[in-house]
Amino acid sequence: MEYVKLINCMRCGMCLPVCPTYKETFLETASPRGRVALLRKLQEGELEQSERLLEFLSLCLDCQACASACPCGVNAGELVAEFTCQRKTEKGLGFMEELILRRLVPHPDRLESSMGPLRLYQRSGVQKLVRTLGLLKMFPRPLERMEGLLPELPARPLRQEIQEVTPAAREERGTVGFFLGCVMSLIFSDASRATIKLLSSLGYKVITPRNQLCCGAPNMLGGDLEGMKQDARANVEIFSGYDVDFIVTDCGGCGAELKRYGHHLEDESASAFSAKVRDISQLLALHRDELRTMLKPLELKVTYHDPCHIAHCQGIRAEPRELLKLVPGLTFTELNEADACCGSAGTYNIQRPEMSDRILKRKLDNVRSSDAEVLITSNPGCLLQLKKGLAEQLPQVRIMHLTELLAQSMEGESV
Amino acid sequence: MERSFIKELQTIVGGEYILTDRESLAVYGYDSTPEIESLPAAVLLPGSTDEIIRIMRLCHGAGVTVTPRGSGTNLSGGSLSAGGVVLQSSRLNRLLEIDEENLTATVEPGVITSALHRAVEARDLFYPPDPGSMNISTMGGNVAENSGGLRGLKYGVTADYVMGLETVLADGDLLRSGGKVVKDVAGYSLNPLLVSSEGTLGIFTGITVKLIPKPRGKITMLAHFPLLQDAALAVSAIIAAKVIPATLEFLDKVTIRCVEEYAHVGLPLDVDAVLLIEVDGHPVVIAEEAAAVAELCRKHRCSFFQTAQNPSEALKLTEARRTALSALARLRPTTILEDATVPRSCIAAMLKVIQECAKKYDLVIGTFGHAGDGNLHPTCLTDERDPDEIKRAHAAFEEIFDAAISMGGTITGEHGVGLAKKKYLPRLVGESGIRVMRGIKQAFDPKGILNPGKIF
Repeated sequence: MEYVKLINCMRCGMCLPVCPTYKETFLETASPRGRVALLRKLQEGELEQSERLLEFLSLCLDCQACASACPCGVNAGELVAEFTCQRKTEKGLGFMEELILRRLVPHPDRLESSMGPLRLYQRSGVQKLVRTLGLLKMFPRPLERMEGLLPELPARPLRQEIQEVTPAAREERGTVGFFLGCVMSLIFSDASRATIKLLSSLGYKVITPRNQLCCGAPNMLGGDLEGMKQDARANVEIFSGYDVDFIVTDCGGCGAELKRYGHHLEDESASAFSAKVRDISQLLALHRDELRTMLKPLELKVTYHDPCHIAHCQGIRAEPRELLKLVPGLTFTELNEADACCGSAGTYNIQRPEMSDRILKRKLDNVRSSDAEVLITSNPGCLLQLKKGLAEQLPQVRIMHLTELLAQSMEGESV
Repeated sequence: MERSFIKELQTIVGGEYILTDRESLAVYGYDSTPEIESLPAAVLLPGSTDEIIRIMRLCHGAGVTVTPRGSGTNLSGGSLSAGGVVLQSSRLNRLLEIDEENLTATVEPGVITSALHRAVEARDLFYPPDPGSMNISTMGGNVAENSGGLRGLKYGVTADYVMGLETVLADGDLLRSGGKVVKDVAGYSLNPLLVSSEGTLGIFTGITVKLIPKPRGKITMLAHFPLLQDAALAVSAIIAAKVIPATLEFLDKVTIRCVEEYAHVGLPLDVDAVLLIEVDGHPVVIAEEAAAVAELCRKHRCSFFQTAQNPSEALKLTEARRTALSALARLRPTTILEDATVPRSCIAAMLKVIQECAKKYDLVIGTFGHAGDGNLHPTCLTDERDPDEIKRAHAAFEEIFDAAISMGGTITGEHGVGLAKKKYLPRLVGESGIRVMRGIKQAFDPKGILNPGKIF
């Protein structure tokens, strides 16, 4: 880790009020400033890599709200992630990590078949039985958490169903390569279907390469930089085979990762790839005037949760709000602390359940006071976390992906 | 610190609220002050006044030192402890009361300044002090440091709003001073002593502040001046014309360049100074005031003047000032932000001294700040790994402080003396000043256990 990145922190404390774990604990060790200091003292040899130090660092969600607030351009979340990666590189991946990150995630077909038993589990009624009997209490807590997060799965992953080329529904204005995120395909396929529909309606030919791989974000989360680079190289290669104007994704996590390919791979084709990447809201907002004429009224009270990967990692805040406000009849209320993490943060909600729940509760309290009927967001991690949270604590509020709502407004369906 | 003593502290606050592990102590060894670190022996997070009383009794008896800490955004090393106990106020964060009849708010010391702002403004009331760190600074810290902010010119500083204090003294006794009364001449005025005592006289557990009606309107303006002298004259002329802006902020040439390179907000690189001016109050009055400001800026040869027509335009005009620190701080790893303050008629002279010092010691110093109240922030951009440059930076600031003193100003307008400015205090207040201050310290804390080593 470059020492200068650590000493750039001037300890002004601007990161403290935006850090979700600091807001919950008011402990310096749970703050971005504290994490940078711990890393610095580690590098200076004042502290060792103790269990406690690792524990303190692992409380970081890597939501990067601190990076948005930092006057000096320090990104504490990224520094902690870099540290985790370095440690993993030195120590090597564990058996399960190797299995999941290298043998499962990079292979969509394997990942999809691994979901088969889960689908069967849900559809056969076994899930209901297990939940009613509280059988999960017999399993390790992480498994119970995972099970609880899982919404009803679509019959088939979207990747298997979607045609590779979706023609423009009107005079063609350009071609878009669609990066279909794993979780979007496996779980939120309706949202990605809506995304493709919106793009096609606006005159884009949409190419969804079937052989595309995972974006590599899970590898980064697991500290597996090399695995991430392997995915990245493959995806750059695959998309360079098509002549596309933009590479669009409706997954905030994928978008943030894809935009960093150039940085990680340090080659021209990867930089060219990253330069073409747009979050769906960015591309849709370019056509706001046309969209305005195409959208039909939806009488709904709506609020928006900024996914960290969109607001903090990609700096996109205005576009999703602008798009929502285009829908006639829709009442938009700004969510208090809208760009604060929901506690999902990759696998954080499974690894740090207690803190994740506290952060989620704060988010839900804010949703409650917004008085919205529908919560909009655009990242599958947030969708999973908030869907579960709402079901348990605020069942009157529904959650939708941004593109689902826009597509419904375009269809004129009532939501 | 002995194990048995830590055990006793533990029984007071509970095991969860005492930190003694190396890792925790390491991150309580700093605040926002550059270059200064010092390790405490324990960090306590008390949950009530009663616990603080018991902690103070115990520490007083054992002669263990105690340093209060809010969010650790102190800029003079004031919240650091060398081997003693740090009391962090974060759990005492209840807003106890907003009294609309008496126009007061009463808070616990851990309440975040901007949280108080939001709460009172929701009732059309106003608590003006707005230090740069207000989104995280605590009210306890603001009172202990007598924090200022952008609105100082028109509305004054924290001291102007503190009406009542509840303070735990060094020996654990409780002192109540002031209250909700506007007039109170019974005995010595203790509040002004406690405000800006930097944690050396007592631990605040309750703070009652004055509120005022929220201004009904605000007009934001921005002016560019090709010549520094003209900007300074415009500031004097605005004040002489009996217009007291709520905000009268200044950016110098170095800052302008940095802001433009970093944020591309559209500042011309050939101007010497930018002024951000805001007037607030009754809509009819501020319209007149804004017109007067515009006329005076033009009269003093501004090359550009804009009045925001709506909130989003206002936000745009304030962008350069808001990004000033970011833009400067990104240039080099270490940022030394000072707060030398002079009578506002001396601003141009002070800026000249700063520029000469930067040149003489071969440093990059960007200056921005509160032109209206004479509180400037010369910001030296340096690198702590370059001991020679750091040495030159300190030499430059020494000259800047001496110049401020000679102009009838002060070595610190709002950051406090703490450890960082100790050396300069005698030059400002003289031997008699130090003697009186020591006497006051002796009266409050004869054993010297409260935040020792700070101020003098």
